[in-house]
Amino acid sequence: MPKAKAAKAAPRPASGPVTLLVGTRKGVFLMKSDRARKSWTLAGPHFLGNIVNHLVLDPRDGRTLLCAVRAGHLGPTVFRSTDLGRRWKEAERPPAFPKAALGEKGLAVDHVFWLTPGHSSEPGAWYAGVSPPGLFRSDDGGVTWEGVAGFNANPMRIVWIGGEQEQGPPGGATLHSINVDPRDPRHLYIGISAGGAFESSDRGETWRPLNQGVAADFLPVKDPEYGHDVHCMRLHPLAPDRLYQQNHCGIYRLERPAERWDRIGNAMPKAIGDIGFPLVLHPRDPDALWVFPMDGGTVWPRVSPGGKPAAYVSRDGGRTWRRQDKGLPAKQGWFTVKRQAMCADAHDPVGVYFGTTSGEVWMSASEGGRWTSIARHLPEIYSVEAAGG
Amino acid sequence: MNVLIPSQLRDYTGGRAQVEARGATLAALLADLERRYPGIRFRMIDEQDAIRRHIRIFVNQQQAPDLSAALAANDEVVIVGALSGG
Repeated sequence: MPKAKAAKAAPRPASGPVTLLVGTRKGVFLMKSDRARKSWTLAGPHFLGNIVNHLVLDPRDGRTLLCAVRAGHLGPTVFRSTDLGRRWKEAERPPAFPKAALGEKGLAVDHVFWLTPGHSSEPGAWYAGVSPPGLFRSDDGGVTWEGVAGFNANPMRIVWIGGEQEQGPPGGATLHSINVDPRDPRHLYIGISAGGAFESSDRGETWRPLNQGVAADFLPVKDPEYGHDVHCMRLHPLAPDRLYQQNHCGIYRLERPAERWDRIGNAMPKAIGDIGFPLVLHPRDPDALWVFPMDGGTVWPRVSPGGKPAAYVSRDGGRTWRRQDKGLPAKQGWFTVKRQAMCADAHDPVGVYFGTTSGEVWMSASEGGRWTSIARHLPEIYSVEAAGG
Repeated sequence: MNVLIPSQLRDYTGGRAQVEARGATLAALLADLERRYPGIRFRMIDEQDAIRRHIRIFVNQQQAPDLSAALAANDEVVIVGALSGG
């Protein structure tokens, strides 16, 4: 495998305190470290009782936070803070599908699932992925949102996602993994669970499936063009022609302009398999990535295989993998790590973090070499993002 | 007319459990509530004008299935958050 071509030089490692933005089923928690990342303080909850699928910092200004919020009783919305979470204000027009014509059935956003800041040349631009699968864009820092009609009103949308399904995967079918090419704000990738990976070269006006080589074992069709179940897909910012994907059916890498994904999960231990939700990239090395396998057997327990949680790291683009479980429960550890709940900071060595469905936050200051629990007893964790440093 | 606001929506009404609003129909009343308390409507009514799954609206103690109910000035409207489980 050739080394990935870097589009630009790697940024200098960070050295300051790290803030973890933790979204949970019952609100937001912020965890702040010292410069050494040895001691952590926990603040919150914000939005207590609200379901928070994603909380993301805008890297373009370093102070704007967007938070995808809904409550058990109430509909979905987006809250924004321009002072790192001290004060919050609700979007004036949250993501919402168009009102259907009389007699027609329209779509309604159930929840905002994923938030991605736009291109560095477009300050204020954000994308949101929602359930049922839909894509929205804001050009004013998240105050107002418009549907991306090229996807939401695309006549193929309903075909790509296999029909509107009330239930779908747990939590509902959803659009996520919105990746903006750092070389070109018009060039976008999205992932749909289920539906597959899609690419646009015109800022979302048109889309095409990008799923060659990806398994879809749950479909009766061999090598379908779409319908795949992307769990997490990430483009490396330093090598934007390289995409990695954790799928319902394996771990993959794609080198553009090629169209065919390579199943790098085949190199994972057979007893562990290559099923999971999150996939995390090293900020300075496009060949390094982490996954957190889960049990995809029988009824899909979606827990750590055998009750022995571990991350797996590859340093060579997925050709080989190494187990990383020092410090984690050696047995009877049955948690799940969801697709937004694992991340890396920008230090050297990189800090790797994950949150669990059982409300724990774990970190490794040694790129996965040893894990330490830094928070317990939180609600079920949906997302963890590292900011600052 | 009086509108009773459930605890889940009182962030929008400054903490008030009971507010005044006007409208000849439930749809018009909710539009007036939105004018007075921006953002409140979308949290209980979706973009297709359906009452959200875990919201109930009662007009004079009768549950309204949709927003077409006619209202009179002295009617009482009660909005309820209806959800069970953890």
